[in-house]
Amino acid sequence: MSTTVLERDGLLGAELERSPAAAKDYKGKVSPDWCPGCGDFGVLNAFQRALFDLGIKPHELLVVSGIGCSSNFPGYVNAYGMHTLHGRSLPVATGAKMANHELTVVATGGDGDGYGIGGNHLMHIARRNVDLTYLVMNNQIYGLTTGQISPTSRLDMKTKSTPHGNLEMPINPITSAIMNGATYVARGFSADIKQLTELIKGGIQHEGFSLIDVFSPCVTFNHDNDFAFFKPRVKKLEDAGHDPGDWKAACEKAMAWGDEIWTGLFFESDRPSIDSQEPVLEGPPIARRPLGLSKDQAKGLISRMM
Amino acid sequence: MPSNGLDLTIAIGGAAGQGIATPGNILARILVRRGLHLYAYNAYQSIIRGGHILLMIRTRDQPVHSHGDKVDVLLCLNQDTMDRHLGFLGSGARVIYDSGSVTPGDAPEGVVLCPMPVSELSGDSKNKLIGNTIALGVMMSLLGVDFSVLDDALTQLFKRKGAAVVDENVSMARAGFDHAEANFEHVATPLPDGGKPLAVWTGNEALGMGGAAAGVKFYAAYPMSPSTGVLHWMAQNARNLGIMVRQVEDEIGVANMVIGAAHTGARAMCATSGGGFALMTEAIGAASMMEIPAVYINVMRAGPSTGVPTKTEQGDLWQALGASQGDFERFIVAPKNTLDAFNTVAELFNLVDRAQCPGILISDLLISEGTYSIDPDDIDMQPKIDRGALLTDPSPNGNYLRYALTESGISPRVVPGYEGFVHTVATDEHDEDGVLISDEYTHPHKRRRMVEKRARKFQGVAADVPAPELEGAAGAEVTLVGWGSSYGVIHEAIGLLADHGVVANHLPIKWMVPFHGDEVRAILEKAKKVIIVENNHSGQFARYLRSETGFSADAHIRKYDGEPFMPHHVVEGVLELAKGESEIYVPYQEMIV
Repeated sequence: MSTTVLERDGLLGAELERSPAAAKDYKGKVSPDWCPGCGDFGVLNAFQRALFDLGIKPHELLVVSGIGCSSNFPGYVNAYGMHTLHGRSLPVATGAKMANHELTVVATGGDGDGYGIGGNHLMHIARRNVDLTYLVMNNQIYGLTTGQISPTSRLDMKTKSTPHGNLEMPINPITSAIMNGATYVARGFSADIKQLTELIKGGIQHEGFSLIDVFSPCVTFNHDNDFAFFKPRVKKLEDAGHDPGDWKAACEKAMAWGDEIWTGLFFESDRPSIDSQEPVLEGPPIARRPLGLSKDQAKGLISRMM
Repeated sequence: MPSNGLDLTIAIGGAAGQGIATPGNILARILVRRGLHLYAYNAYQSIIRGGHILLMIRTRDQPVHSHGDKVDVLLCLNQDTMDRHLGFLGSGARVIYDSGSVTPGDAPEGVVLCPMPVSELSGDSKNKLIGNTIALGVMMSLLGVDFSVLDDALTQLFKRKGAAVVDENVSMARAGFDHAEANFEHVATPLPDGGKPLAVWTGNEALGMGGAAAGVKFYAAYPMSPSTGVLHWMAQNARNLGIMVRQVEDEIGVANMVIGAAHTGARAMCATSGGGFALMTEAIGAASMMEIPAVYINVMRAGPSTGVPTKTEQGDLWQALGASQGDFERFIVAPKNTLDAFNTVAELFNLVDRAQCPGILISDLLISEGTYSIDPDDIDMQPKIDRGALLTDPSPNGNYLRYALTESGISPRVVPGYEGFVHTVATDEHDEDGVLISDEYTHPHKRRRMVEKRARKFQGVAADVPAPELEGAAGAEVTLVGWGSSYGVIHEAIGLLADHGVVANHLPIKWMVPFHGDEVRAILEKAKKVIIVENNHSGQFARYLRSETGFSADAHIRKYDGEPFMPHHVVEGVLELAKGESEIYVPYQEMIV
């Protein structure tokens, strides 16, 4: 694992309980090409630990990503993977889940991919409540295109595309997801692997759409929201006795952006997933069923045309 | 059923919201139950209330190939219909209208006016659409059909609404029928009866059913005219047939959802029109790169941009050819009619499954929204299904490569869920194992091998689809070339040209990719005069033909006013172009709809 830089910089420190078994079982064919110190290493580590803890077999897991630094994720995980177009991980993942609902489906990507170009899909997967988990590595910057504002960049931020400062409000992924009907909404911090692992496990086990937004600092292009920025500010909801059934409290906590920035599970509800409500999906995955029409079905179709 | 030469067109005109569809459907059912063939074209606008709709139902006692050149019975549900179309009618035509609300203008000689005093006949009925039912009664009388036939049809249609509704409709229809029997003469050729009953479907229903027969298990769409009928059919039948159907937030989502479903092994399909198809194109390229088989249907309407949403055009051929950035292979096919559209879906799925790539089916408003009769015995509900190198019971050997370089270019495919075959597919260029070669160290040799591998899948694939064949007289003076939905109207025009002493034959094109360039060139080089007929301005097929064969046609008939060709448009074009004074003929659309 390439966590050495994080450890060297004391960014993971005591919170990293490395799991050699998780790393071995779920390590992908290629090693991450992220910049040394990138927050995404912590997310990968937590994800692999969550898989290990849940005992998910690599062949029963499909990891789908879009485009961006963090979207290289599927290649780094020992699982079926789809590295798709920019912003399109969610519809691809939805199609895959519906055609084979026995798979555990996890979509991964960054803030530009998920909240920018793919933003429309996020709104609709939330209300649709597809049973899959979306892990967003939010670094509040476009990294792979060498540093421009993203939909979560702070006001006034100076980047190559905003040399005079950002005039556009950042979106709040947590409140947006809650408002649009997501049934599991959480925020993690890539340097807190223990908490993040638990949030990912909860998201995967949750039946419905789970959004896990993760502060995953870009060490190369975002010098405003780096580890040093987050470290003293992040506070855990679980320590504050937050009730994830209370959406108003969840939104209030999610809006806090100052000395206190909350992580943890903001909101959870048991609204049934679309997968569980669609009678067509009862039984084996539709992708594994025999093709074509039975004689009776064909007869029925013809008789309605007469 | 012996032929009595029946060739009759009934047109019903009015505004949207006046209930044209119901009498249209009743008529269609009555016709096909008698074994009569029909071809119905509905001219309408993008409006829910108002505007002008003209439904033309042409019926014959033999297959009907187009909506024809004339109207024999015109039912005017409003003054606008009378004003627009009275002048188009020929001698012997009947015009049915409510004498209380519609005034005929100067009728051409020989046109028979059939006024119905609706308020007098309907008594105290509060039903605003009762005039339509009365008109159906009048029509049955004019067509020489026994009233019991309409009685049955209305009873069937309204029985769910209760006896009172049935009684009112039947009695009003009877009043119209009796009024007509007392006042008007029947048409010259009454409707024959006793033929083998036929079925009716629209092109969109044929495409949906074709998908179901081909084994489609996932269908997604965003509503867009004129493709929405496929979504409606799929949604209606989803639960009964075990098809997962979703209406998605946009066509980008649709195209990508289809890729996700297809990647897990389901046959997946979607349909849209040109604008939606434009949004889908990046995903079509992704399907090629990831080597995922999926079928994308583009039901063309007049463009560009939102264009004329309810009008037809053959303007998206180059969009299909150029769909998505990059240089890659895709199948493109334009079926000629509804039955062909039905059959083509399964055919295309077999091809895309074998070559693991996207396939594009081009329909248009004319095919998709038209209503046509079909002999149910001609519909093959159990088409051949070939899934190519899809491994459904693979044994792991430890070194599975999703994109293994093979001689055919086809790499055996294992879908997610199987132990021992874990791999990643990618829209970035990748190596045999799906590992990206776009990041860190690009590799020109690997890139070249993958481009060539994907291209190899298409080598010799032309042999998998039939080459175009010349229909009609060998050595004809004129060879007409069309593609897709123009098949029927060209076929009919050739028959009419014979009456003008012109011998013409027909080369219909269906498969655009793969394209049988050598065969087509060999046929056309022998032809005396080649005229390409297409429903667009720039001659999209003519240019494609030139690019694939180097062959340039002698002349062109092109129509781009939103309305489909009528047979006489093609006939007049051929006669005009035969003079050799011009190379392009653009027919004049007489009926303003």
